[in-house]
Amino acid sequence: MGRGRIDPTGEQAPSRRRKPWLALAAASVLAFGTAMAQQGGSAIVTFQDDVSTLDPAIGYDWQNWSIIKSLFDGLMDYVPGTTELVPHLAESYTVSDDGLTYTFVLRDGVKFHNGRALVAGDVKYTLERTLDPATQSPGQGFYLTIAGAQEFIDGAASEVSGIVVVDDRTVQFTTTEPDAAFLHKLGLNFAHVVPQEAVEAAAGDFGHQPVGTGGFKLKEWVLGQRIVLERNPDYFEAGLPYLDELTFQVGVDPNVAFLRLQRGEVDILGDGIPGARYTEVMADPTWSKQVSLGEQMQTGYVTINVEMEPFTDVRVRRALNMAVNKDRIVRIINNRAVPAVQILPPLFESHDTSYAGYPYDPAAAKALLAEAGYPNGFDTVLYAYNVAPNDRIAQAIQADLAEIGVRAELRTQAQSTVIEAGGAGEAPLLWSGGMAWIADYPDPNNFYWPILACASNIPGGWNWARYCDESIEARAAHADTLARADQQAERVDEWRQIFVDIMGDAPWIPIFHELQVSMHSTNVTGPDAIFVDPMHIPVHYEMVRRAQ
Amino acid sequence: MAWETLIDRSQGAPPTRSTPARQLPKRLKRFLADRAAVVGLCGVLVVLAVSIFAPLLVPHDPAKQYFDGLTLEGFPLPPAAPYWFGTDLLGRDLLSRVIYGARISLLVGVVANGAAVLIGLLVGLAADYFRGWVETVLMRLTDVMTAFPALILAIALAAILRPSLWIVALVIALVNWVWIARAIYAQVLSLGRREFVEAAGALGVGTLRTLARHILPHLVSTLLVFGTLGISTTVLLEASLSFLGVGVQPPTPSWGGIINESQSYFLNAPWLVIFPGAAILLTSLSFNLLGEGLRDALDLSERR
Amino acid sequence: MIGYLGQRLLQAVGVMIGVTIVTFLLVFLLPADPARMIAGRSATAATVASIRSELGLDRPLPVQYFSYLKNLVQGDMGRSYAQKADVARLIKSRFLPTLQLAMAGILFELLIGLPTGILAALRRGTRIDQAVMTLAFVGVSAPQFVVGLLLIYFLAYLLPVFPLGGYGTPLHLVLPAVTVGLAGGGWYARVTRSAMIDVLRQDYVRTARAKGVLPRRVVAKHVLKNAVLPVVALVGLDIGVFMGGIVIVESVFGWPGIGQMIWQAIQLVDIPVIMGGVIVTALFVVVGNLLADLVYPVLDPRIRYS
Repeated sequence: MGRGRIDPTGEQAPSRRRKPWLALAAASVLAFGTAMAQQGGSAIVTFQDDVSTLDPAIGYDWQNWSIIKSLFDGLMDYVPGTTELVPHLAESYTVSDDGLTYTFVLRDGVKFHNGRALVAGDVKYTLERTLDPATQSPGQGFYLTIAGAQEFIDGAASEVSGIVVVDDRTVQFTTTEPDAAFLHKLGLNFAHVVPQEAVEAAAGDFGHQPVGTGGFKLKEWVLGQRIVLERNPDYFEAGLPYLDELTFQVGVDPNVAFLRLQRGEVDILGDGIPGARYTEVMADPTWSKQVSLGEQMQTGYVTINVEMEPFTDVRVRRALNMAVNKDRIVRIINNRAVPAVQILPPLFESHDTSYAGYPYDPAAAKALLAEAGYPNGFDTVLYAYNVAPNDRIAQAIQADLAEIGVRAELRTQAQSTVIEAGGAGEAPLLWSGGMAWIADYPDPNNFYWPILACASNIPGGWNWARYCDESIEARAAHADTLARADQQAERVDEWRQIFVDIMGDAPWIPIFHELQVSMHSTNVTGPDAIFVDPMHIPVHYEMVRRAQ
Repeated sequence: MAWETLIDRSQGAPPTRSTPARQLPKRLKRFLADRAAVVGLCGVLVVLAVSIFAPLLVPHDPAKQYFDGLTLEGFPLPPAAPYWFGTDLLGRDLLSRVIYGARISLLVGVVANGAAVLIGLLVGLAADYFRGWVETVLMRLTDVMTAFPALILAIALAAILRPSLWIVALVIALVNWVWIARAIYAQVLSLGRREFVEAAGALGVGTLRTLARHILPHLVSTLLVFGTLGISTTVLLEASLSFLGVGVQPPTPSWGGIINESQSYFLNAPWLVIFPGAAILLTSLSFNLLGEGLRDALDLSERR
Repeated sequence: MIGYLGQRLLQAVGVMIGVTIVTFLLVFLLPADPARMIAGRSATAATVASIRSELGLDRPLPVQYFSYLKNLVQGDMGRSYAQKADVARLIKSRFLPTLQLAMAGILFELLIGLPTGILAALRRGTRIDQAVMTLAFVGVSAPQFVVGLLLIYFLAYLLPVFPLGGYGTPLHLVLPAVTVGLAGGGWYARVTRSAMIDVLRQDYVRTARAKGVLPRRVVAKHVLKNAVLPVVALVGLDIGVFMGGIVIVESVFGWPGIGQMIWQAIQLVDIPVIMGGVIVTALFVVVGNLLADLVYPVLDPRIRYS
């Protein structure tokens, strides 16, 4: 998700045997097998920050991401607690042999919260709304491969020609080129279906008057205080959601939220366990049972600006990689992460378990620096987002670099300032924490195109390392055309090799893969994985149950 | 009314005057007899000495992140040997950081806050002295400065300029003077109308001299309040500004900075806040005692 | 008097214009692009550019400013970039809580500061004086976050007298207001004390004492009235500053005030919300200082405005 902290996901590593290209219509979202579980009751979730919007075309932060998912649905979704893609509003779908045409058949009997039945035209309206520049959707860029999208954006066409409503229950997408991640993109919030009449009735305020098809519907929103959702009795997933009512209280300091949880006044700490209490909680036999830990699709890294002296020399970049003691940094954040040696997190199939990276070795790093012509090190600047624990992590990195003679001056600043410095190519080193990459969808290309590609090496882009290798770019583009089911193994291998080769150039210092951590009261229950869901970040609210 | 007659009578009192030089030993004696003042002086000297001789005093390198300075779970250590004030969230020696922090904090508390007091005094006085449109412009300027979001200024400066202590001092002075200006303005407003001042004017003493001789002494107490209490708030403000990236950057320690980065740990690791907090408190208290002692010894506010 | 008020109201307009200009300039000095913040990480350059033009951010700065001013005069404060909602509506939802906390905070400042300051001045040099002044320094030096957390821990968690943060009943208001009051009260106590001492030292008061006028009456009627002028100035300033939000206290206690909103808006470079917040603050700064200026002559009849 775009901005913000992350604290999230699922104890058991979700299944690696994803076959997202198969129409797994049979794989019910009730994979956890608790279909007979009781419904009823309510729960309270706390957040420090206000919820900005619940418009699926607009909301793009870790906080509103899964609230929106509980109000709206997409054609595709993920099995709760996993990264396994399954049809959701779609009953089934087919992909043409050339990988360019996707045909979806919608479920029967799906109703919006306003009582109207879902039709294929709503899907077309939704995507066109996200693409429309007037909507200002941050998700616009995901759907540019749809045929006619650019013409529509430019105003040259009044509709997107690549989205065709075949009949009320059938919608067809045509892409201009094979897009291996297209189904994942249809699972993003930006493609969650909205009813045109409700959007228009809200007169520009749909973000506060959301109407969707989701398991919950909005009951009350007191600005700056709370959002109350109630069960949608017409929800198409039988037996879901479990709760009758779900309340989000905003403006609650995490430390106070923790005290309130102890008192039984709240059920889920949306911001996670406050750092000050974490070790205490984990050491306590009762409290630690209320904690869920899980992996997420996140990597925290330092970008090394490859266009800046002396980082133009790959030996210098490799030396920096060897200088940082990642184990100690993980300790500083109370072991809430696993040290990273590569770009992709372990949740990805293309993660290379055999890759060793650059092991911590300050002496070798120093020797390499000397070889590159910097026996006495050099001065540089390290940018970091100022909110804890990123200030501390940056200081730990700074101290490690100092050990090999690299004197990094710290600039810990407001997030927007750091992003701007990175985008302008002005940051020699930049610790990405707090702005770090959590993938939008579980496909390796999401770790390449926005942050490591030549295409994103533009002013204002997120490729803060200014990394660009044309041959890798070509391989990446090729890998993404491998959209057919029988090409998936090849694609996974190709991406794995691409990321290993990028690490050979060392444009990043991967520091750690952060874990999701969440804590809930004994009043609510559910599989651990749904409290740290990697896709419904941070919590899969529809799956939360009231404890008996 | 009896009130007016009282004032009429008081007017006649002849000003007591003698050269300051002759009074110096007497005043010094008076100062030394004031125990609170001496305590204040000692406190100020100690803080000064600590900041000057910090490198000689610290038991550890204040920037060194000790491997054994954190528990295995990454929690800081409570006060005990060899870290007498405990360690901070990165496993650094808190005592050494508090000692080094005196440098930044003292500079900010005294220089930046002093500048703010000076600007506030001048603006307040000028508004009263010139009256008319100058008064209007200056007082409305204070309105603008009060309403204006210093936070945004700080973020903008942080991005444009290289972070430095002087920018922090500048921002603090820019932000804080409005309070002093308003307070001074209000006070002089009443003083300026008091008959004895007007009488001085009638006697032909110039307005500037009136200000210096008859009004300034009455403001000494107010200035003292802002000058000393302001130390505490300024030191804390420095931390917020540095947090935004304007001021001293990590790992350089300042008292406010130490508090800022660890205050959410207060219930579990109180030492992280108590030691730097006590340093701030003792410093501003010492300056206050010293200031009050000086004022009394020099008889500043009774000079007429 | 009416002339004076009219003049001040005219000046208030000037202040508002000044504040909006300064803020507008500053926001555009910020090296952050609101369009890019909205567009997020996956946006293409074209998307960013189109958002920028949708928001009108591609127009020259003076054009943007005057169009903002024009809308403002018509009562339109614009729409939040991040929340896509009317700024006026967002501010309205937070106005009452902000006002309540500001007023209660000032009340506690006065309740804590005035009596202790007077007491210290009358007992100058005694242990009472020393204790009061030391406590004043403790109050001012203590970080508000820590004070708030301690109050919550002891008076809401361990001893469940007050709610654990939140908004609603008068009981919710007490701890946040006390937190504000402890810090401000330290200032008020200190200022009251020193002003009182100054007045007590003046010849007319000495004479009054010598003449046998009862000290208590002197204190109540004359000394206090004169000594309280700087306190009035502080209250006037506090009205404006607190109405701009008390970020830390709001955040610890989960108080839905305007400070949190502005703070988040600054993080997201949500210009219309920042501007809206600044305008509200400016309005109350003007009002607060005007009130103070109007109170001076009441307390001290020798102060007159032409």
